[in-house]
Amino acid sequence: MNCLFSTDGLVGLIFLVLLGATGVGAVIAVSAARLIRAVVGLLLAFIGVAGIYYFLNSPFVALMQLLIYVGAIGVVIAFAVMLAEPRPEDEINPGSPFTGVLGFLTCGTIFAGLAALALKTEWQAAAGKTNNGSMEAIGNSLLTNYSMVFELISIVLLVAIIGSLVLARAGREKS
Amino acid sequence: MNCLTLHTELHTYLIIGAFLFAIGLYGIFQRRNLIGMLISAELVLAGASVNFMAFNRFLAPDPTVGQIFTLFIMGIAAAEAAIALSIVLAVYRNYKSIDTEDVQDLQG
Repeated sequence: MNCLFSTDGLVGLIFLVLLGATGVGAVIAVSAARLIRAVVGLLLAFIGVAGIYYFLNSPFVALMQLLIYVGAIGVVIAFAVMLAEPRPEDEINPGSPFTGVLGFLTCGTIFAGLAALALKTEWQAAAGKTNNGSMEAIGNSLLTNYSMVFELISIVLLVAIIGSLVLARAGREKS
Repeated sequence: MNCLTLHTELHTYLIIGAFLFAIGLYGIFQRRNLIGMLISAELVLAGASVNFMAFNRFLAPDPTVGQIFTLFIMGIAAAEAAIALSIVLAVYRNYKSIDTEDVQDLQG
């Protein structure tokens, strides 16, 4: 056990805090009775995931995670919650009592299976790396090898913007 | 096993990805309204992204591929959230509710 107060120990401690934020946020996001609290839990989980990306040598993706998920998607979902005024979960007819148990068992089995797979497999690392994965290398790859996908995602986003405008506007008569 | 060196292990990231995926799936089963299900779906996508990033960092020969894939997942997730929320608003306008049990005209 190395010293908690060395630099490495502090880094490890920060990582544990990020893991905790991700786990607690995810649990809040699926279990909170009021949806606005679930949104806050989701944002907490996303902040934790952004920190995990930072630990994975990808500060650019971590920044994008904060901007797109925590910034944009969080605000959009919060607006939808305010516009649609959902009832709290405990006032809704709970349905069959077996749903929760069966869902929990199914997802627990899936989690256990995936975790066992991750732990038991002998992962083989590649022999060498072709670049260092920096922001510059990402930019080069995006505009050379993956330029087609880059164009496609812009078309998908354009169609999504127009489609969501059309969908949200339909049925609203002129005043 | 030292808790403070967990961030250098591939397994940690794979397990947190599996956890996010499983709990998101549980939320999709469990939630009784549409926005709650959308929130859970976002958790599933986050789990997939963490998996991609972990393999990218530890195993891949070209460390930009996983990052680019994660950026694309973010773009698709943004499009999905915008479309799904406008569908939710359209459903709310027609049914005055977003609970899944109220939206059952086709149930017969």
